[in-house]
Amino acid sequence: MRNSLSGSALISQSRRDFLRDAGGLVLGSTLLSSRLARAATTSSKKKVIVITFGGGARDQETFAPEGQENIPHLMRELIPHASFFTQVVNHGILGHYVATASLATGTYETFNNFATVPPENPTVFEYFRKQLRRPSSDAWVVAPSNGFNRIGESSNRSYGPGLGARVILPKHLLSAAISGGSADYQHLLRDNYETPFYSPELAGQEFELQQLETILKLSGDDFKNHARTLSSPDELSVYIVRQLMRQVAPSLLWVTLHDIDVAHAGAYSLYIDGIRRTDRLCGELWKMIQTEPEYAGKTSLFILPDFGRDSDEDAGGNGFQHHRTGDALSRTTWLMALGPGIREGVVYDRAVDSTDLVPTLGSMLGFSASLSQGKPIGELI
Amino acid sequence: MLPHDLKPEQFKSYPPEAKKLALNYLGALQPLPLSFLPSLLKEIIEFDFKFPVERRAIESELGNLRSLSAVQISDWFREFAAIQMSASLERADWVNAPGLFVEQFSAHLWSTHQQDAFRLAAVHYADRLRAAVPPEAPATPRLGISIIGKGLDSYDQPLFRKLRPHGAYCTRVNPENGVKLLLDAVASRAKAHPAPYAHWYIDGGEEAEHDPVLTTVSYDALAPARAALLRKMQSDISRPGMGPETLRTHMAEMLPSEVGLDKLGDAVLSRFQLKLLTEGSGTQIFSTTFAQWAARETLRRAQPLTLLVRFAPRQRQKPMNELLSPSDKGSDLDLIGSLVDADMDAYYNWINQQRLPGAERSSFLVWFENHSSAVVIGPSVPRGTESSGSTDISQLLSWIS
Repeated sequence: MRNSLSGSALISQSRRDFLRDAGGLVLGSTLLSSRLARAATTSSKKKVIVITFGGGARDQETFAPEGQENIPHLMRELIPHASFFTQVVNHGILGHYVATASLATGTYETFNNFATVPPENPTVFEYFRKQLRRPSSDAWVVAPSNGFNRIGESSNRSYGPGLGARVILPKHLLSAAISGGSADYQHLLRDNYETPFYSPELAGQEFELQQLETILKLSGDDFKNHARTLSSPDELSVYIVRQLMRQVAPSLLWVTLHDIDVAHAGAYSLYIDGIRRTDRLCGELWKMIQTEPEYAGKTSLFILPDFGRDSDEDAGGNGFQHHRTGDALSRTTWLMALGPGIREGVVYDRAVDSTDLVPTLGSMLGFSASLSQGKPIGELI
Repeated sequence: MLPHDLKPEQFKSYPPEAKKLALNYLGALQPLPLSFLPSLLKEIIEFDFKFPVERRAIESELGNLRSLSAVQISDWFREFAAIQMSASLERADWVNAPGLFVEQFSAHLWSTHQQDAFRLAAVHYADRLRAAVPPEAPATPRLGISIIGKGLDSYDQPLFRKLRPHGAYCTRVNPENGVKLLLDAVASRAKAHPAPYAHWYIDGGEEAEHDPVLTTVSYDALAPARAALLRKMQSDISRPGMGPETLRTHMAEMLPSEVGLDKLGDAVLSRFQLKLLTEGSGTQIFSTTFAQWAARETLRRAQPLTLLVRFAPRQRQKPMNELLSPSDKGSDLDLIGSLVDADMDAYYNWINQQRLPGAERSSFLVWFENHSSAVVIGPSVPRGTESSGSTDISQLLSWIS
């Protein structure tokens, strides 16, 4: 344990140095506490978008000097406007669905990563909707299809059915729209490379095809025609997000990107392509937030990976390919927060826990994540 | 059942050499904690199909365990004994299916937040074992060679960025007959230092002409086995209730005969090749992944004195279901992506070689096939240097031999 924690601190130190060198950013610990800069936006008007950064990417391919060429949008367009936390440690299970569910509940979930089950603890969406009396249209999840369909609401008795987020699985939506399959779209229907064999039966609040037209104002043909111009599942997800922002404008929107996880197939070039695409899509989402009237000036954006990937140095792993060793690099990630009232161009290197996200969102939006294991991140509230 | 309940008859289904070994060391196995023993049994049950160096390592480890007093056992395994087990794990058939147990145990460690504690226990045990039973030094300094970029006419981005700091980057290498010269050099080493499974040639495509003295594995030669495996995977996937863990278990239980790998006349190599395809992620579909994983497993298990890996172009990325479907259609190749893959894979080949005993005397060469750039690494090669002088493959080899 001692080794793991000291490893996390070293990673944090390196990441902070990279950022300071690259962007002339300021260390958060050198700033005086001040809330004068907080925006006057009231909780009821605030919106939050959370992006999980694609299934794990390592420092050497992202924030380290040799990796910065892969994330030009994060480096040039987002970091200068962000509070950046260099040491976000995930102490839970390093499987994508269970880890993303843990992020969404603020509690380390322990269910089987490959099971089609809901989280056991209340999700951020349930806290948000129940305590603030928000309608189902105000909390949405856009996620890859590998089991994420149950992430919108938990099995907790005090929350659960009817209180969660609506979930859109764009790949399932496209599959339904093309009904029977067409070679034109196969590149958008890629499955998880970690578990290519697994197609869970859908249950829960999956977005239905007919709602494409009524809610997103998209005809099946429009959807298919636009999909044909896209190159990856995550691009499809961001396309759906754009429609959702324009037509529904939910206050709480959670986007899980996943292209980077192609790394499990062991082809480094595809992993790098995934990082570059995810970087570009994060830049596009940030621009959307600034240009969509319903979001501009009142939206906080959080970007964080669910966890990292194995280091080259750990003999138990195989470098970038997997996240199985539980070493410091696979557990330590980062968090970027942007928006009104959030300090810009500041780097914080103290340890933050993955489970701190939900209580932080609660403090910003005005609900209590009472069953979460995490604590609000003081620098953001 | 717990380890102290172990009885000789429980090993009756083990292969002959494995059974003999387990019975010989039964007294050394009984005091071990359940959080440790099945991992060791997972190695023992495969003993008949292990490489010579692996066999010697297992026997040394067992010999060391037998030499420890009860007090020492308690001390060595204190951290393992502190791992909380579940009743279902204790009921599992960990003697006859140690591999399945280890998978279930791993899930248990993650879900009970004991993964870090187990990881630390394992590191401490490995350190103590290494001190008590030092690993075998190689008979001669190891040599690793990686050839990347087959079939690519030009590439204007920098190569070998990970490896250059560790050796000399040469930019004017005469590429003429490069592959042949390297294969001949490897064969010469095999003849000078003969030992079973000590000199390997791995090809991510079709094997080039080479001396049969080399132990050889290639992606193309395994095409029939890969197709048979993909058919089996597709069949399994379509079964109701099939999940990834069940499929993984099915694949782990496969025998070489099920994919036509039993005709090699070498049970150890047959089993090794099967495991490359059933245990490696992506090895069934991407030749670059296959070559890297094959090199990694060869280094980890066989600890060769010489390893030449030649990467070949992989197919382009396609939807997973399509990649997993055996097809007679020619594949569209991704030449540049394959070079980028292999550039990183060569770095992994070097890292994995340097994990072996004798690393301080080992050498490594990586070359962009049919082009003029290469990196050489060795004890006498200055690190982080660049040479623009004219040279050739033979001269590069002489610098690191």
